[in-house]
Amino acid sequence: MTKFLNNKWTPWVLLALALGFPFVAGALEAQYLVRVGGVIGLFMLLGLGLNFTLGYAGLFDLGFIAFYAVGAYTTAIAMRSGIPAPVALVLSVLVCLLVRGLLGLTILRLRGDYLAVVTMGFGEIARLTINNLDALTNGPKGIQVAPWRPLNFLVADPNAQYYLMIVAAVAVGALASRRIEDSRVGRAWVAIREDEIAARLSGIPVRQYKLLAFTLSAAFAGVAGGLFALWEQFVTPESFIFWESILVVSIVVLGGMGSIAGVLVGALVLVGFPPIMQWKLSAEWINYRYLFFGLILVLVTLFRPQGILPSSRREAELTS
Amino acid sequence: MMKPPAMLELEGVHAVYGKKIRALKGVSLEVRAGEVVALIGNNGAGKTTIMKTVAGLLRPEKGKVKFQGRDLPGLPPDQIMRMGLSLVPEGRRIFPRLTVMENLEMGAYSRREKDLSREYDHVFHLFPVLGKRRGQFGGTLSGGEQQMLAMGRALMAAPKLLMLDEPSMGLAPVVVDKIFEIIELINKEGVTVFLVEQNAKRALRAASRAYVLETGEIVAASDTATLLKDPAVQKAYLGLH
Repeated sequence: MTKFLNNKWTPWVLLALALGFPFVAGALEAQYLVRVGGVIGLFMLLGLGLNFTLGYAGLFDLGFIAFYAVGAYTTAIAMRSGIPAPVALVLSVLVCLLVRGLLGLTILRLRGDYLAVVTMGFGEIARLTINNLDALTNGPKGIQVAPWRPLNFLVADPNAQYYLMIVAAVAVGALASRRIEDSRVGRAWVAIREDEIAARLSGIPVRQYKLLAFTLSAAFAGVAGGLFALWEQFVTPESFIFWESILVVSIVVLGGMGSIAGVLVGALVLVGFPPIMQWKLSAEWINYRYLFFGLILVLVTLFRPQGILPSSRREAELTS
Repeated sequence: MMKPPAMLELEGVHAVYGKKIRALKGVSLEVRAGEVVALIGNNGAGKTTIMKTVAGLLRPEKGKVKFQGRDLPGLPPDQIMRMGLSLVPEGRRIFPRLTVMENLEMGAYSRREKDLSREYDHVFHLFPVLGKRRGQFGGTLSGGEQQMLAMGRALMAAPKLLMLDEPSMGLAPVVVDKIFEIIELINKEGVTVFLVEQNAKRALRAASRAYVLETGEIVAASDTATLLKDPAVQKAYLGLH
């Protein structure tokens, strides 16, 4: 198992399999899973993003979904104003970074539980603002987004097109995460997480580095939100409820905080499980999906508190 | 003989924790270039508070703290470090899940140079055992090795003034000997040393001058030879009668 995981070709093989899937899905009568795969991918992006805040810097954030919303709405509003989709996506990332940076400047003095509570509050404020700022967001009625199908030359099914774009984004996001993790900055984050005082005494500008991790998180949420808006062609505040924030936190914790592979597996298990149950088992089973969701969480916390695929550092933290 | 210039000066420094606990009540002291100065005192006397105040972890309520003539209060620790002042904190506080090499890399964080091979070589020359353990996680080292790693980490910033907070804490006597030998060596290389110790005998032997701190106030200041003969110091700190 570890041999398979540590092989440098494994990620590329998995990526190739993931990219090939929609082209054989028709033959396997699994078109539904292409759509499910796209949703899983969006949550992989969100998980990779939150991993910067929660995994690398060790800061709790219970309102992360707000930035998914900011990303989705930025793209939707930009498209409504006639801005082309690729530019809208870039705008989503920039707006998310800006809002996140400003939020970080004001709240990163807090830590632990206090930070968790304040971010939770921000998540709710963001949703309520979107719900009531009719002039900009059209309130609870939501915004229609014009269709954008850049991969028509490759495959006709829009779900498959978005699946492919999302998988590509996940691959880029994972690669970028890996590069940052292995850099001086990544190691400084570990140092801050382990002992903030010692990090400050080592000359690491702790406040700036926390802000950097916190802010970078939002870039992923911006991409995910933008793709979500373009794919669904519709955004409403209902998509960005508190539960979704909890789901993203669960993905990171369950998969293994600070572990890229862990976050990807976490999203696959937690987001993939309910719809696959719905698909394979009879309709009655769907009523029990959160029971199973809870069961997975309990079992993993009991038997693998470090997460399904922890980073080597986290593993050391929890076993020593 | 001309006095060497003052490297670190504290003048009437007061510090409080919260609103009520007065940890320092007007502390004045100085450390001159090239010296080894010790600060001794019992638990709770305020020794660590002085260290934290100098390193920028705590802001003094009033009073002056100057390093090479520049005011320190209000500056963040990373900036103070960049000026050439490193603190090896109490309890070592190495990064347990970073390797020895990575711990040292963190110590050099304030430096702009890309090539730090000379600094690494220097640390491994002072502490050969760290060289043998460079790929190991810091948390797997013994207490003495961790103290050496903490000192090595501080030296990576090439400080002019090295401050050590209780370097002998929890270490076996042989290891303490070793640590103090290295402190002497570092000083001979031109680094000024300011150390805090509960192990007064040890500290007074290593230093040329010392201050005695009691409940937030300096009660004695002198060269160590005089302090070692002072009956009050002998009784309170050296366990002699």
